[in-house]
Amino acid sequence: MSHHIIEFKDVRYAYPDGTEALGGISFLIHHGESVALVGGNGAGKSTLLMHLNGCLTPESGQVRIGDFPLTPKTLDEVRRTVGMVFQDPDDQLFMPTVYDDVAFGPLNLGLPHEEVDARVASALATVDCQKLAQRPPYKLSGGEKRSVAIATVLAMSPSILALDEPSSNLDPRARRMLINLLATFTHTKIIASHDLDLVLDLCERTIVLYQGRIRADGPTREIFLDTALLEECHLERPPSLSLR
Amino acid sequence: MHMADALLSPTVGGVMWAASGGLVVYCSRKLRDATDGMSVPLMGVMGAFIFAAQMINFTIPGTGSSGHLGGGMLLSILLGPYAAFLTIASVLVVQALFFADGGLLALGCNIFNLGFFPCFIAYPLLYKPLAGENPTRGRIIAGSILGAVLSLQLGAFGVVLETMASGISELPFHVFVMLMQPIHLAIGVVEGLVTAAVALFIFSARPEILRIAAGHAAATGFSMKKVLAVLGITAILTGGALSWFASAYPDGLEWSMAKTSGKEELEAPEDGVHGALASLQEKTAFLPDYAFKASQGEAVEAEPVEPAWPAVEAGASVSGIVGGGLTLLLAGAVGLFLKNRRKPV
Amino acid sequence: MKKAGAKKPLPFFCMKPMKLNTTLFELGVLDRLAEQNTPLHRLDPRAKLITTLGFIFTVVSFNRYEISALLPLTIYPVFLIGAGDLPGRYLFKKILIASPFALFVGVFNPFFDRAPMVMLHGVAISAGWISFASVVLRFVLTVSAALALIGITGFNAICMALSRIGVPRAFIIQLLFLYRYLFVLTDEGLRMVRARSLRSFKGRGTGLKIYANMLGQLLLRTMDRAQRIHRSMLCRGFDGEIRLNREFSFTIHDLVFCLFWLSFFGLARSFNLSLLLGQLASRMTA
Repeated sequence: MSHHIIEFKDVRYAYPDGTEALGGISFLIHHGESVALVGGNGAGKSTLLMHLNGCLTPESGQVRIGDFPLTPKTLDEVRRTVGMVFQDPDDQLFMPTVYDDVAFGPLNLGLPHEEVDARVASALATVDCQKLAQRPPYKLSGGEKRSVAIATVLAMSPSILALDEPSSNLDPRARRMLINLLATFTHTKIIASHDLDLVLDLCERTIVLYQGRIRADGPTREIFLDTALLEECHLERPPSLSLR
Repeated sequence: MHMADALLSPTVGGVMWAASGGLVVYCSRKLRDATDGMSVPLMGVMGAFIFAAQMINFTIPGTGSSGHLGGGMLLSILLGPYAAFLTIASVLVVQALFFADGGLLALGCNIFNLGFFPCFIAYPLLYKPLAGENPTRGRIIAGSILGAVLSLQLGAFGVVLETMASGISELPFHVFVMLMQPIHLAIGVVEGLVTAAVALFIFSARPEILRIAAGHAAATGFSMKKVLAVLGITAILTGGALSWFASAYPDGLEWSMAKTSGKEELEAPEDGVHGALASLQEKTAFLPDYAFKASQGEAVEAEPVEPAWPAVEAGASVSGIVGGGLTLLLAGAVGLFLKNRRKPV
Repeated sequence: MKKAGAKKPLPFFCMKPMKLNTTLFELGVLDRLAEQNTPLHRLDPRAKLITTLGFIFTVVSFNRYEISALLPLTIYPVFLIGAGDLPGRYLFKKILIASPFALFVGVFNPFFDRAPMVMLHGVAISAGWISFASVVLRFVLTVSAALALIGITGFNAICMALSRIGVPRAFIIQLLFLYRYLFVLTDEGLRMVRARSLRSFKGRGTGLKIYANMLGQLLLRTMDRAQRIHRSMLCRGFDGEIRLNREFSFTIHDLVFCLFWLSFFGLARSFNLSLLLGQLASRMTA
């Protein structure tokens, strides 16, 4: 079954000032896979994620999400399928209260109010933040903000989750809780991160980006044991792996 | 300069509220029709930016004092007049509520003084013609400084007119003008310099932002006539309604008019709406209102040299002071009672 | 607009300067107060908003020489502060440092209006002093009522109330967004100021040029943020309309609150309650 696949075919993208950000990216992600996107600063991770749901459109090449090629016509459908969690939760939590933020997406889907309520409740329960529903987002801790940002996306019932640096700015405990939470999700996941330990825990497959191109694509452990490759791509083997 | 509730009469405050409210409605409509949704988060964070910018200040050379950004002109340049007006209005609402800058009734005046003049006078009439379609550094500087100076002069003059019309302050018109205008010339120049400096920074770092803003302003189809029509209609309607109300309940405006015409309120003709309501009040009052009846004769007797006094009977003023003290005690007691009620015994 | 003095004492025309930490702190305090759960906090925000506006209109509708008739009205802010469990002393301090513009303009009254008006034990008090005192009283009343309103209601609830009484949706959304990002951006501004002050000495580095650069940087970051927010809104199906799933109900409690206070204001406007009380007191003692 070809459901929930993500396919990039020779995707190229350049910024308005002409700098090439993606230089021909091709890969295929299957249903239920959990894939990491790693690479140094400016390797193109965030730009690639932005292509997943049409925040950016490729100059050439094609993006397919599930059964649809990504075109302006399928944009709404694709955005419902791919839930995007941004790097800075402050960008994602813009409403007066947590409830309003989680309800924002479902209300835009035109769901009836009871259904919206139910979805908000279940999304907040999933991330264990029911107590926060009436709080304003600026009063949350970093970890709570991240969890709520994930809930805002879960409330849309996406089948694919895309996360940009999910563990940035989290204290160790919040980070551990986030990893445990993400591990329970059965969605197809694509996670861009510098946190290779997190990648090791969550993703069986890793794509290494370097200067806008795919440098390697394979099982996470294999890639993280390739010291030369990691060094070349401005990465470092996670300490937990060297001990094992 | 923020206008304050304490200096306002309800008539002036109400008229200015209506005028600013009309503009808010008008601008909201305009934006709804003309934008892609990007303006929603942009205006929001730009309002927050104004607050953040006010936390940063700079040293004014040679004076030892420091200045910071007010923002009206800069917002007009970056967002176009409609979005800028709503953004300024929202900033003033937050300032009125949280920092007691001005007050809720004065909000209408403040939105008008600090929003209308930069967005709908200085920007279209000065900045846009000066900066033109393809701005240069010099044109941006000239437009920003002159625009900021003009908006602050007009804003300050607005404060003077609103205060005068309210009649709570005793400052003679010319003294007030001479106080306000030069001070705001200085503030305006500083504001203009800051506006120009920031606009130039944006111009060299990301020129497309200024171009988009200018295009945006053009795309929303600016119409001075419509803005003025909205203002005129709301002001006349509420002004009419409120002045009828005001004549029933004498307020500051009436006092100041009585003062300038040399007549006291007490000598107001006992006919028409005012007279009818006054007699109605006398009939319904279980004790006659001291300002209406008891005072006239005695006040004039006591000091006949000064017939233009606002009359207050001596006996009444003593009662007033005693009663006032008692009232305050009562209020304090209520407050203490409410406070202690929730403390555990 | 605004201008703040640093080394010299504040010139009289200056608005209250925004000190570095105060903005965030002040916002935080009033916001926390609004999270309490007293019967006042539970009232419909519309009831509190309308009643407070009624109060302010009543206060300013008195003639400018009025003092005694204004005094009974102090009961309203005192009631809000007491029943809403607000810290009276903190609010009073806030009123003291609030915009001095009204006082600055009012203080001229004694100079221009010298006609004696009231005789107290043979001392004539001029009309100007009376009207100045009235301005001070108005100032305290209106400002304290507005601060108490936010303390018992909270900003977001006030926005909802405004929305329900017909303020355009676009403006409400603007207020909500502004308030949401106030905390984020003032924090960013604060970090920039700290970074600058760590590296500027003897006033060098605090001039207009550096200042404009900082402001410009902050502005660009702000605009980038707007774009990221917009993206994250689009990702969740934003179509230009923001929907809120809120129900308010105007209950009998709200109605009683409104009617009670509005009729009290009407009463205090029609009769000089202080005077009546004073006359009653003197009659009883006589």
